[in-house]
Amino acid sequence: MIITSTIVEKHGLKSEEYTKIKELLGREPNLLELGIFSAMWNEHCSYKSSKIHLKNLPTRGKQVIQGPGENAGVIDIGDGDAIVFKIESHNHPSYIEPYQGAATGVGGILRDVFTMGARPIALLNSIHFGSPDHPKTKNLLNGVISGIGGYGNCIGIPTVAGETKFNSTYNENILVNAMAVGHAKKNKIFYSKAKGINKSVVYVGSKTGRDGIHGASMASAEFDENSEDKRPTVQVGDPFTEKLLMEACLELMKDNSIISIQDMGAAGLTSSSVEMASKGDLGIELHLDKVPCREDNMTPYEMMLSESQERMLIILEDGNEKRAKKIFDKWDLDFVVIGKTTDTNNLTLKFKNKIIGEIQIDALAAKAPVYERKWTKTKLPKKNTQIKDLKKIKLEDALLKILSSPNQSNKNWVTDQFDQMVMADTVQRSGSDSAIIRIHKKEKAIAVTVDSSANYCKAHPYTGGKQIVCESWRNLISVGAKPIAITNCLNFGNPEDSKIMGEFAECVLGIKEACEFLDYPVVSGNVSLYNGTNKKSIHPTPVIGGVGLITNINNKINQYLKKEGNIILQIGKNFGQLHQSVFLEEIYSIIDGPPPEINLSNEKNNGLIISKLINDKLVSSVHDISSGGMILALAEMTFKSGYGIKINKPKNLSNLMEYYFSEDQGRYLIEIEASHLNKILKILNENNIFSELIGTVQKNYFEILGELKISINDLYKVNNTWYNNY
Amino acid sequence: MNSSVIVFPGSNCDRDVAVALEKLQFKNKMIWHKDSSLPKSDLIVIPGGFSYGDYLRSGAIAGKSNILNEVIKAANDGCLILGICNGFQILTETGLLRGVLLRNKNLKFIGKDVNVKTIDIENKFCNKYKKNQVLKLNIAHNEGNYFTDKEHLKELEDKNLIPFKYCDEKGNINEENNPNGSLNNIAGIFNDKKNILGIMPHPERMVDQNISNNDGINLFTSLLN
Repeated sequence: MIITSTIVEKHGLKSEEYTKIKELLGREPNLLELGIFSAMWNEHCSYKSSKIHLKNLPTRGKQVIQGPGENAGVIDIGDGDAIVFKIESHNHPSYIEPYQGAATGVGGILRDVFTMGARPIALLNSIHFGSPDHPKTKNLLNGVISGIGGYGNCIGIPTVAGETKFNSTYNENILVNAMAVGHAKKNKIFYSKAKGINKSVVYVGSKTGRDGIHGASMASAEFDENSEDKRPTVQVGDPFTEKLLMEACLELMKDNSIISIQDMGAAGLTSSSVEMASKGDLGIELHLDKVPCREDNMTPYEMMLSESQERMLIILEDGNEKRAKKIFDKWDLDFVVIGKTTDTNNLTLKFKNKIIGEIQIDALAAKAPVYERKWTKTKLPKKNTQIKDLKKIKLEDALLKILSSPNQSNKNWVTDQFDQMVMADTVQRSGSDSAIIRIHKKEKAIAVTVDSSANYCKAHPYTGGKQIVCESWRNLISVGAKPIAITNCLNFGNPEDSKIMGEFAECVLGIKEACEFLDYPVVSGNVSLYNGTNKKSIHPTPVIGGVGLITNINNKINQYLKKEGNIILQIGKNFGQLHQSVFLEEIYSIIDGPPPEINLSNEKNNGLIISKLINDKLVSSVHDISSGGMILALAEMTFKSGYGIKINKPKNLSNLMEYYFSEDQGRYLIEIEASHLNKILKILNENNIFSELIGTVQKNYFEILGELKISINDLYKVNNTWYNNY
Repeated sequence: MNSSVIVFPGSNCDRDVAVALEKLQFKNKMIWHKDSSLPKSDLIVIPGGFSYGDYLRSGAIAGKSNILNEVIKAANDGCLILGICNGFQILTETGLLRGVLLRNKNLKFIGKDVNVKTIDIENKFCNKYKKNQVLKLNIAHNEGNYFTDKEHLKELEDKNLIPFKYCDEKGNINEENNPNGSLNNIAGIFNDKKNILGIMPHPERMVDQNISNNDGINLFTSLLN
């Protein structure tokens, strides 16, 4: 077959990229080879636009065992225990086929974690839909939520935290990011780097079908009106087989027979074999006749590019095949030696005793294109909106409107579709600042959270980038954890547009600065570009997944009020910042001005003091102040607690709306016993921490003296209506 | 007391129930579904999960597996059998318990804590509970909507074969507090001899104050009485 420019274009390759392929090969590729280049060189697999920015992120620290570049990041949590975690996007497939797209997103990220030798212990998700009024949203919401639940519930890993948001920017391109967290022994981590020549390359798991062919290329292009036709590129998930695969892999990992292991994710057999060989500086030879196929007459092209799920590639130490096969037989899974490692540094593909493709590994990996794309800075927007110029609204009306808005509503409708309790180690389920998972049969636990702030990032990417890292850090602090490290999922639009590329560059810069300052390194992540349809890109939406450690489970804390008469203090300073706030967006439909400023040093000081107060057992509950401002945080503290709050009006602030709805950062609310007040104020003074007395805990009513008085049951009801009526 | 937990491919609450049993002083063994014999057991637990993926009717394939023949034999000999969630579904598939578990009435998976009332305590599994006690237990299922014919339902009620019903916080049993559409708010049933119990809620998730509460403990410790 002659490779025409149309065929090249269909493979998502630019003509200059095709020229480079010919140079590297010293000849024209055949169709199989072209397919392989396309799979490895697309944005999703090669990070060609993002690489030069990502390398600036802080990825080291004494807590880091493995940073980015492996299947997942690994951190040390002491006592020989390690936590393995990563977040990944499945945006494009989920828009085309919401159930399977979301389900396989969960499946893929789970494989990344158990490939490294960890038993997954928690799942999280960050999902962004278009406007609720958009005709597609309801169907997408239903499909994605049941897909996420369908996979996690069946395989038996609790889905413990997440965020579900709506914004018209995602009308034609939703975001579905899934995060998995696993526990491993520090000295039993498995990597993808191949070692040794003539070692068996083993295919395990499900059979290969024709699903998902060119999925990664599809995920590396913008959508247009024909996107529906791409449904066949979406993979189909089988959580049952994944459960078997997980158990079989973990069983095989008990001894030392695995040299290296890699899951077949995006670009399936191609990327897994190339990655293993590339990291090991080796060649790899595959006999495609041996690949277990689900359908008849599959071509080598289809086998190499299929993204069928629940498959792994393993390189075994000599003499272990029999024993390993026995384990996979027990779990009724395929186990076939399909090739071997070589010293040729080539990917060599054989079919019916003929070499049908041969490419230098380097040409696919190290020599893949890297682009330094043009990018432009986003100026800090001016503060144009003055609250005094806006039509007056009653505080109570504003509060109730926001509490019942899609984005601020209680997410029980979502989380009730997830099994949060399987594995019986979920200490704190979703709905708090972070979920808490106990390490099995130990006293310690990890806290996990996912966060994003697309509006802030859109307004000023650099500040937004810093803000989400801070928010993630704060969410872990608020439950009594010491933040350790993050994973990030960077969802952006078309990198060929310099403005969008600028959003990416500056968000990454913001993330870098905040991570460095807070000693909160990035250990894994994923980049998803080309999110948009017909040249309209989504808001920049970096999502941060944070993990923290609670050394003793007795030091955990939550946001729910504990006792009548207790005092509520605000920690951190309120400047009345309403630009880019939920208040202006929900009440006046104004999305304008700069995001709240980030003062990293205040952020850190305030957080560390909160940690100290928690560890010294001086606080009864803690909640961070984030979107919706202090009043929303106060309301959330009453939910499920059975207690209300009596709030004094501020003595000297000009505007109540600015006071209650401002989204100034670095702030917390704490509930304390009255008898601890002086001691706590002393500690705060000594450390130059700003605090303010907000009110006291009372029975039954949420009350701001002279302004509003609502029963906490009514407040909770208002917060629970939206989803049920949608 | 010796217990055995049957493990099917796709079981996912096997470890949780084993941890609970061991914590409560059972001597427990895990039994792989391909095994053809059972160790001598006072209690056999069929745990929750998605046996064989539940791609067919829930529990349908597990109900026909090798080891189930042994479980049926043991059950007929009077051994105590506890089927939790998918285990309950499997027991109805084998015929050890009558009736079926249909899709939840809202057609969605439901994972949440619900209130459950102890209706009958005069049996081996519930004797440590008080009658009409309101428990908070976790449910997590797609198909928990218990259905049976009128005569059998009457029999279940008349012979006190319904140990647990869904209720509100105060113990009122009504449709509003029926999470999945079960007939008469049924959360669990016995066979005639009351040695076989099938329940949808997960008692093994409620044996640790750090995680949830202790409301599931008595279901296991009653057996030690």
